[in-house]
Amino acid sequence: MANVLEDVGRSTIDHLDYVGSVNIQWWATLRAMRSALPFVGNRYRWRASVRQMLQIGVDALPMVSLMAICTGFILAMQGASELRRFGAIHYVIDLVAAGFTRELGPLLTAIAVSGRSGSAFAAEIGTMKVTEELDSLRVMALEPIEFILAPKYLAALITVPCLSILSNVCGISAGGLFMFFSTHLSPALYLRDVLESIQLRDVITGLIKSVAFATIIAQVSCLEGFRVRGGPDSVGRSTTSAVVTSTFLVIVADAVFTAIFYFTVKH
Amino acid sequence: MPIISIRDLVVEYDGHRVLDNLSLDIEHGETMVLLGGSGSGKSTLLRQILGLERPKSGSVFVKGIDIAHCSAAELKKVRRSIGVAFQSAALFNSLSVEDNVALTLREHTRLAPSIIELMVWMKLAVVGLADFGKFHPQELSGGMKKRAAVARALALSPEILVLDEPSAGLDPIVAAELDELIVLLKDVFQVTVIVVTHEMPSAFRIADRIAMLYKGRFRSVGSKDEIKASQDPRVRQFLDRIPDKIAQTPAVTAYLEKYLQAQEAQA
Repeated sequence: MANVLEDVGRSTIDHLDYVGSVNIQWWATLRAMRSALPFVGNRYRWRASVRQMLQIGVDALPMVSLMAICTGFILAMQGASELRRFGAIHYVIDLVAAGFTRELGPLLTAIAVSGRSGSAFAAEIGTMKVTEELDSLRVMALEPIEFILAPKYLAALITVPCLSILSNVCGISAGGLFMFFSTHLSPALYLRDVLESIQLRDVITGLIKSVAFATIIAQVSCLEGFRVRGGPDSVGRSTTSAVVTSTFLVIVADAVFTAIFYFTVKH
Repeated sequence: MPIISIRDLVVEYDGHRVLDNLSLDIEHGETMVLLGGSGSGKSTLLRQILGLERPKSGSVFVKGIDIAHCSAAELKKVRRSIGVAFQSAALFNSLSVEDNVALTLREHTRLAPSIIELMVWMKLAVVGLADFGKFHPQELSGGMKKRAAVARALALSPEILVLDEPSAGLDPIVAAELDELIVLLKDVFQVTVIVVTHEMPSAFRIADRIAMLYKGRFRSVGSKDEIKASQDPRVRQFLDRIPDKIAQTPAVTAYLEKYLQAQEAQA
């Protein structure tokens, strides 16, 4: 019994330590963010941010688009198979439009970015730790948070919401394609119905979620990289942990945000 | 006044004492070699001198500032006067050699790009890599990486140059070339040089004074001649390359006897 309590206590302390570390790192990143901004910041840091935007955003375009198109088709087909029985196939349009803007667009994007860029962040920083490059930065009077994390975080904050919007467009377009082939609904009519069913608050809540997901992915993945101890094997472990932890936290955060918006936003 | 003054330094990891009450003064313009076997604490001492870790007790004064207890701003100021070449070179693989050398100049000075370019070329020329500026670290040999790391360490014309195991992993000819480079740098730039090594020929070629560490304590500190003439058994063992007679130590013998008796009893 004592051992169980001891294990629970130790695990609780470890988790609190992790949460505390993420928050401290987030605060330090926010303080260092100015250096990564254009015009007011350091131009080399801004260039690094742009490079990161290309890696996180542009390079992920095909993957995010394809994921959204497939999910759009799946959602439309699954919805149609049930709604058709009630003669309400027209509601597939609302299902796809609201489902993507509120939920699936930001969530799919976050999962894709977590898998692609979260793992890359952890592996890059972990390798830098193992090869003494982080120590090298510190002794050159350069702060790793400002030098490495701030550009990545800024890039994630800009690209993840953009990718979410792209994901919405692709998913909703896939729904339109399904409706065209199954009910011969013209694209113009589909677009009109989509615009009627989407509300501004859905788009805004989706974007708020995207910003939160970008924060979780960047901060958790970079922390996993900074926490690497030992050799190359620990880099591999931290990379896995970065993807698993950030994906898990993204889904938890999604549930929390959805509950908040459900109970606070008037429908 | 010494440029570096270590006073009663104690470092512990998880209750295990790694550095035990060390005191040492390093004067302006001298080359101090920290000598010792694996696990003797020389790399830990170096990390203390660089302010990468905090001690349990004691002080490390660099240019009169106690870096174990100073503010982050003071530590940054001190670090700008120290150039460090790590054992693994720790060059940034994503940057070319010239960008590695230019990094601190771009970050800490307001020099025009053309001046920075000229300074980088000069530093690379000093270490014999003037034609390799466009190369990336992964395209260089081990010896060239170490020299590039030295060039980067020299970028801000530091008062203190710290070299961690500069000849480790290099063939004797390249190691000797590096020794000559260190002697040249000290003569030309009048810097204080701290070298961590366990290579005896290298230590005797470059050192003004040698401090020998054994199990976290200074076993002997003195000039090259004093160390060569030392009658301390541990120093002699190190200089004369005498192995520890592990198989004859009483503990091992007793363990083996006990093991054999247990095997016989089982039979």
